[in-house]
Amino acid sequence: MINKGSKILLEVKNLRAEVAGVEILKGVNLTVCAGEVHAIMGINGSGKSTFSKVLAGHPDYAVTGGTATFEGKDLFALAPEARARAGLFLAFQYPVEIPGVSNSALLRLAYNTLQTERGLEELDPLEFEDLVQEKIKVVEMDPSFLSRSVNEGFSGGEKKRNEILQMAVLAPRLAILDETDSGLDIDALRIVAKGVNSLLSPGNAVVMVTHYQRLLNYIVPDYVHVMDGGRIVRTGGKELALELEARGYDWLRVAA
Amino acid sequence: MSTALQNLVNQPYKHGFVTDIETETVAKGLSEDVIRLISKKKDEPEWLLEFRLAAYRHWLTMEEPSWANVSYPRIDFQDIIYFAQPKPKKQLASMDEVDPELRRTFEKLGVPLHEQKLMTGVAVDVIFDSVSVTTTYKAKLAEIGIIFCSFSEAVREHPELVKQYLGSVVTSGDNFYAALNSAVFTDGSFCFIPKGTKCPMDLSTYFRINTEGSGQFERTLIIAEEGSSVCYLEGCTAPQFDTNQLHAAVVELVALDNADIKYSTVQNWYAGDENGKGGIYNFVTKRGLCKGINSKISWTQVETGSAITWKYPSCVLLGDNSIGEFYSVALTNHLQQADTGTKMIHIGKNTRSRIISKGISAGRSSNSYRGLVKIGSRATGARNYSQCDSMLIGDRCAANTFPTIDVQNTTAQVEHEASTSKIGEDQMFFFAQRGIGSEEAVSMIINGFCKDVFVHLPMEFAVEATKLLGLKLEGSVG
Repeated sequence: MINKGSKILLEVKNLRAEVAGVEILKGVNLTVCAGEVHAIMGINGSGKSTFSKVLAGHPDYAVTGGTATFEGKDLFALAPEARARAGLFLAFQYPVEIPGVSNSALLRLAYNTLQTERGLEELDPLEFEDLVQEKIKVVEMDPSFLSRSVNEGFSGGEKKRNEILQMAVLAPRLAILDETDSGLDIDALRIVAKGVNSLLSPGNAVVMVTHYQRLLNYIVPDYVHVMDGGRIVRTGGKELALELEARGYDWLRVAA
Repeated sequence: MSTALQNLVNQPYKHGFVTDIETETVAKGLSEDVIRLISKKKDEPEWLLEFRLAAYRHWLTMEEPSWANVSYPRIDFQDIIYFAQPKPKKQLASMDEVDPELRRTFEKLGVPLHEQKLMTGVAVDVIFDSVSVTTTYKAKLAEIGIIFCSFSEAVREHPELVKQYLGSVVTSGDNFYAALNSAVFTDGSFCFIPKGTKCPMDLSTYFRINTEGSGQFERTLIIAEEGSSVCYLEGCTAPQFDTNQLHAAVVELVALDNADIKYSTVQNWYAGDENGKGGIYNFVTKRGLCKGINSKISWTQVETGSAITWKYPSCVLLGDNSIGEFYSVALTNHLQQADTGTKMIHIGKNTRSRIISKGISAGRSSNSYRGLVKIGSRATGARNYSQCDSMLIGDRCAANTFPTIDVQNTTAQVEHEASTSKIGEDQMFFFAQRGIGSEEAVSMIINGFCKDVFVHLPMEFAVEATKLLGLKLEGSVG
C-alpha cells in the first residue's frame, strides 16, 4: 500500500476508541503519505466520522488503544489546538455557527496563530485581506461572507464552502474532510472539489470521508478504504468506489 | 462542560488584597444617634441632617424588596459599620499628603493618583471606604467653571447646588436601599458642568471598599447645565473577605436643555469565591433625569463583580426630544446573581430611548435582565428600541429576561428583540481545530457578543472591560 518514495504524514496502528463507554473503533490501521488522496467509505455507523474526530481530538471520544503518529509525532499526546497547529485540519460534517465573530476575524486569528507556530510573521488586517480575497475566489464565495458571523444564517452548502475556505487559508499538511459532500448540490460539489484540488501538492495529503462515489468523480483518490464495524475491511484503488456504487456494501460486511 | 471550558471561567480575583491602614470607624449598627454622629463628624449643615433623618424614618417603615430574581440570607442592618475612614482625618492639601499606603493601594489597582502621570487626561476622584481621598485636576477644571470634588466638599463649598439637586431625581424614600443610602451616605462625587461648557476631559471616580464589615454608601450627583456635556467613568473594586459587604449607592444625573451626560461603569467588586462565600451585595439606585429639551443621558455598564447585583440605571425623559440610552454587559460566574436592567420613562414628546443588554452566565450563576419601557399619555411620537441577548456558558447557569412595556400613547413605537445563545463544546472544539486556544476562543466569542456595548465605552475602559471579561471567564470554558 505504501508509496515508498513519499514521506509518511499519518500512521495509525490498531486504533481503538469509544464514546460514552461504547467502543466504536476496533483496531483501525491507516497510513497516509504526502501527495496522496484517500477516501474512506462505509455505511452509517461504521465509524468513519468517529475516526476523523478522534484524529482531531474531539473531547467526547476516548482513545482506548493503538497509536497514531503525525509526521513522526505522537498525535494523541497533543491537545486538539496543537494538532491543528501541527497542520492537521478537519472540515466538519456539521459546521457550527459562531454568532458575533466575523469570518475574517476568525480566519485571521487562525492564520496568524499558525504563522507564529511556524516562526513566520503575522499579517496585519490589510495584508491578510489581500490573502483572503485571493482564497475566497477558489470557493466562489461573495466577499460579503467575510464580514458575516461565522456560519450564521449560512445555507448548508455555504457552510461547507466556508470550511473549504478555511482550509484554503490555513493550507494544512493533512486535511480530513468529514462528509463534506453530503447535502451539496452539483454546483456546490464542483466548487468544493475545485477548492480541495487546488490545495493538493506533493507535500500534503487529503483524507475524504464519504458515503457516495459522486465526490470521487471530482477528487480522484489514490486509495479507497471501506470501513465497517470500526475497522478498515478493504482497501483498493479508485475502481473500488465504482464497485461499491454498483454492488453496495453488503458483500464486504463483516459476518455477524 | 469539559475541563477546558471550566478552567477558563475560574480565575482568581486580582484586587482581593486588604490595605493595612489605620481606620476610624463608627461602631456597628444604625440608629438616629449613628446618623447624627456621621453628620457631626462631617460637620454638616442642619438641612442635610434633616434630609438624613427623614430618610431614615421613612426607611424604618419600608420593606426590603423581594421581587428581584436573587436570593440571599436576610441582611442584619445592625451588623454593618456605617462609617469607616482612613486616619488621619485632615484636609489634604495635595497629593503628597495622601497616606503612602493608600497611594500604593491605588497604584496596585492601576489608578493614577499622581497628576503628572496622567497621560490620558482623566480627572479622578478616589473614594476609599467612606471617604473621598483625593480629586485630581480640580484646579484646572475650576478655571472653566467645572466643579468636580468629593460630595462632602460640595456640601461645604456649594451647599446651594447640593440642596437644590440632592434627592431631586432619586427621592430619599424612592426605594428601600435609596432610603438607607440617603440616611447614611458618607461621601461620593459631585460634578457640576456650567452652561455651555464641554468638559475637556473624562471625569472618573474610583471606589474601593477596604474595611471588613463596612458598608459603602456613596452618593454621586452630576448636573449638566444648558448646552453642556460630560463623560463620566466609574470603577470599583474591593478586597476579598469571607463575609458579605453591602454597597448601596445612589447616583443622580440631571441634564438641562441640550445637555449631554455619558456615564460609564466598569464594576469589578469582589464576587465571592467559587462556592459563593463572601462578595459584595451591590444594591444600587442610578437614575438620570433628562429635564431639558433635547437633553441626553447615556448609561454604559460592564458588570462583572459582586455576589449579587441589583441595579437598574434609568432615564426619566421629561424634556421634549430628549434621549435615554442604556448599554449593558453583565457577566456572572460561579454562584453570582445579577438582576439588572433599566427603566426608560417617556414623558416628553418625541422622546427616544435605546436599550442594548448583553447577559453572560457561566458556572452556576443566574443572570436576569429586568426592564421597563413606559410611554406616558403625553409622550406623542415616543420611540424605544430594546435588544436583550443572553449567552450561556456551560449547562448549569441560568439566564432570564423580564421586559415590561407600558404604552399609554397610541403614536408610540416600541420594539423589543431578544435572543439566547450558548457557548458549547462544539464551538470550543471548532476553535481548537483551527488552532485557537480556549481562552482566545472565549474572548473572541464574548467580544463579538458584547461589541454593540463596548463601542460605547471610552477607549481605555473598553480595553479594560475586554481584559476583565477574559479574566473572569478563565477556566469556565472547556
